[in-house]
Amino acid sequence: MIPPYDSDDDSDSDSRPAVPGPVGRIRFMDAQRVNLDGFAVENPELGLVALASPYDPKPGLVVEDGVVTEMDGVKAADFDSIDAFIAAHGLDLTVASEAMALSDVAVARMMVDPSVPRSEVVWLCAGMTPAKLARVLALLRPAELVMAMTKLRARRTPSNQAHVTNRLDDPLLLAADAATAAAFGFRELETTVPVLADAPSNAVAVSIGAAVGSPGVLVQCSVEEALELELGLRGFVSYAETVSLYGTEQVFTDGDDTPWSKAFLTSAYASRGIKMRVSSGAGAEVLMGGAERRSMLYLESRCVALARAMGAQGVQNGGIDGASVAGAVPRGVRELMAENVMVMARNLESCSGNDALMSESDVRRTSRTLPIFLAGSDFVCSGFGSIQRYDNMFGPSNWNAEDIDDYLAMQRDWGVDGGLRTADPATVAELRERAAQAVRAVYAWFGLADFTDEQVAAAVDAAGSKDLAGPDTVAVMHAARVIRETGLTMADVVTALQETGFEPEAERLLDMLKVRVGGDCLQTSAILTPEMRVLSLVTDPNDYTGPGTGYEPTPERQAEIDAIRQQRSVEDLRREQAAYASDALRPRGPATQGGDPREVVVGVSPATGRDVWVTLSGLPVVEVLRQLLAGLEEEGCVARIVRFDDTIDLGMIGLSAARLSGSGIGIGLQAKGTALIHRRDLAPLANLELYSIAPVLSADDYRLMGVNAGRHAKGATPEPARNPYTDEAIEARYHTRVVSLVAIERACCRAAGPEELTL
Amino acid sequence: MTSPGRRAYSGRPVESVTVESVRRGEVTQDDLRIHPETLESQAVVAERHGNPQLAANLRRAAELALLPDRDVMRVYEALRPRRSTADELSALAGWLDERGCPRNAALVREARDVYVRRGLAR
Repeated sequence: MIPPYDSDDDSDSDSRPAVPGPVGRIRFMDAQRVNLDGFAVENPELGLVALASPYDPKPGLVVEDGVVTEMDGVKAADFDSIDAFIAAHGLDLTVASEAMALSDVAVARMMVDPSVPRSEVVWLCAGMTPAKLARVLALLRPAELVMAMTKLRARRTPSNQAHVTNRLDDPLLLAADAATAAAFGFRELETTVPVLADAPSNAVAVSIGAAVGSPGVLVQCSVEEALELELGLRGFVSYAETVSLYGTEQVFTDGDDTPWSKAFLTSAYASRGIKMRVSSGAGAEVLMGGAERRSMLYLESRCVALARAMGAQGVQNGGIDGASVAGAVPRGVRELMAENVMVMARNLESCSGNDALMSESDVRRTSRTLPIFLAGSDFVCSGFGSIQRYDNMFGPSNWNAEDIDDYLAMQRDWGVDGGLRTADPATVAELRERAAQAVRAVYAWFGLADFTDEQVAAAVDAAGSKDLAGPDTVAVMHAARVIRETGLTMADVVTALQETGFEPEAERLLDMLKVRVGGDCLQTSAILTPEMRVLSLVTDPNDYTGPGTGYEPTPERQAEIDAIRQQRSVEDLRREQAAYASDALRPRGPATQGGDPREVVVGVSPATGRDVWVTLSGLPVVEVLRQLLAGLEEEGCVARIVRFDDTIDLGMIGLSAARLSGSGIGIGLQAKGTALIHRRDLAPLANLELYSIAPVLSADDYRLMGVNAGRHAKGATPEPARNPYTDEAIEARYHTRVVSLVAIERACCRAAGPEELTL
Repeated sequence: MTSPGRRAYSGRPVESVTVESVRRGEVTQDDLRIHPETLESQAVVAERHGNPQLAANLRRAAELALLPDRDVMRVYEALRPRRSTADELSALAGWLDERGCPRNAALVREARDVYVRRGLAR
């Protein structure tokens, strides 16, 4: 932020006032949350540049006798280890000359044009060097990226991945939260540890919880490469993701790996039938001071080319830990999405970032995800924090437990499958209980830990680890050590579940081990459905070729997306209203014309005290009437209540009331709480005073309306009562109820004369 | 779920592995391990779906499927930066050849040459 000017050396301070700090409007803007974010001036020297740096190499490829001798301006003798691996394994030389000869814009158009099949784009991109593909992607504008992603992602059915962690590595809570995440529809769960030694315990607890929540949920535990591999070999995790790639050799080797060690690791996972993807993304090289003046997109293009060269089936990218670095530079958020599309263009699975929280601003973080969410990705988030922000041991995600209902509403708003579904509250409670009990049973079976009923109950009910009694860190570490040292395997866990009465879960965990034997999850973009069907590039290929093609939720899935637990029907509202029914308002026969000049008639709508008993502000209609009557009484007026059955229009109700009233003044009241004061000589749509925002009206407001109506009756001109003001989205909150209430009013409407009521 | 008739490393049909047989201790690690031939058939599928590199990876994996976990971990460690001399990598490649892993042996030799040139050998 800019400090106020120092006006000490202001020579003509006589002629104008000292320049003050920013005006209130700017101070107010400065204080908004978005200004907690850092914004960097573009600086290629530091790699702080998103799509293209002047130092990015010119695309080029020279092939002699079937061998790459020069790539992107570097001669083979000068290849660093990344170039060398890509040149040796990554390029389809049969298509390379054709692909490299195409103009950047021609390729960019092919990516977007629905009439060019995905297979053709993928085939051409296989022959493109990193610099070439980076240049092509840099040309795609945001809406074009959405189109390209819609067409180019490998799997037809979109999906999503969740983080499941907590500050304490509490196994009961991990299991309960894993079951919850599975219930909400996540098909991959990623856990990690604040304490490395706890990893085996976390992997076991999350796997059990996932199996409780749904069959076929893949589980990983993100830790150091060698330990992660060990967990995989022993069956404790069903996929791996933390196999990091970097775009410069120095940063790559600082990460204690080379393209060859990573390629070997990739094969090692496959050799045990374990799904894996690599992880890269903009900003990592910048953060480590090793961007070598290249743009983020070019460096990422090297990573993605390398991923393909190594034979990895997929890539987690789109910033990841460096997302906020990309977010700090111009066009950085666009670059993040371009990374994902690049992965798809290389025919790989995309796990599309949207994990590390990239802004303090809800608007910016939503803006960052929205296009990817709309286009659909193999995994929209490579870690939606299914737990609360404070429990996310990866750091807070761009989406967290705080946002699950927002995300579900967004799916419903756009009619888009973002991979999540609504979980019924009773189901969530049952699953959490069963998950915690299963982990308790398994840990007791192996003598790892003895959890109490209280600990289980706390984990089941907890919204996060802060709701638990206290950390039992020693117990977790002990359990993890025993799991690791005694050579327990997932098959042993299967037995423990079976022996302790968790047979379906034993079955599900065993199925996850058996999936490895088949190897179908090794194909690109594989996930398992709850029916244990593999969906992948092979079994569920994306066939988008324009409107009317590609993925469309099945009617069942669409119903699941639509049926968020907050939705209400007219019938729901009718039941809610019926609960407040009373006999306080009784009909007394046809209403007659009044003659008393002190008389004010309160006209009520057809459903008032019939099917509608509570106004939008939560006041019983009987109470509203009592307040109106009390106000009139204060002014010495005589009140009558008359129900008009032939209209639901508030103006007509008020005017009809005024016409029946001896004073010529009437109050109109709709059951939902909207009210006005009318006079018999006014036009129907005119009025003396109006309360239009029913949800914010209090008993005092209605009493004031009674008082004012009384004063009008006596010929005075009181100061009109005002609608209480609110800056909340009051319409969003109440409009659906208004529609239902109006429908109920309409249903009560009939051609009948006014009816006198007693209170 | 998985394609019917798949056999595990041990040769046992995967359908015959049940919770009950696991509980009775009648299931070995090799009954839940992928068979190299399965990896080869997955490699063919990957090739047909436009990804020869994934196919090559699965074929290297088919070789590694023959090795015990410990050896797999050991080779990985040896390939990390500055863990091995060029001679050690040559020896490792030779060992992989002997164990029926020629594709992995070739990968290690290729690594050796680049490591020497880029200062990544010990």
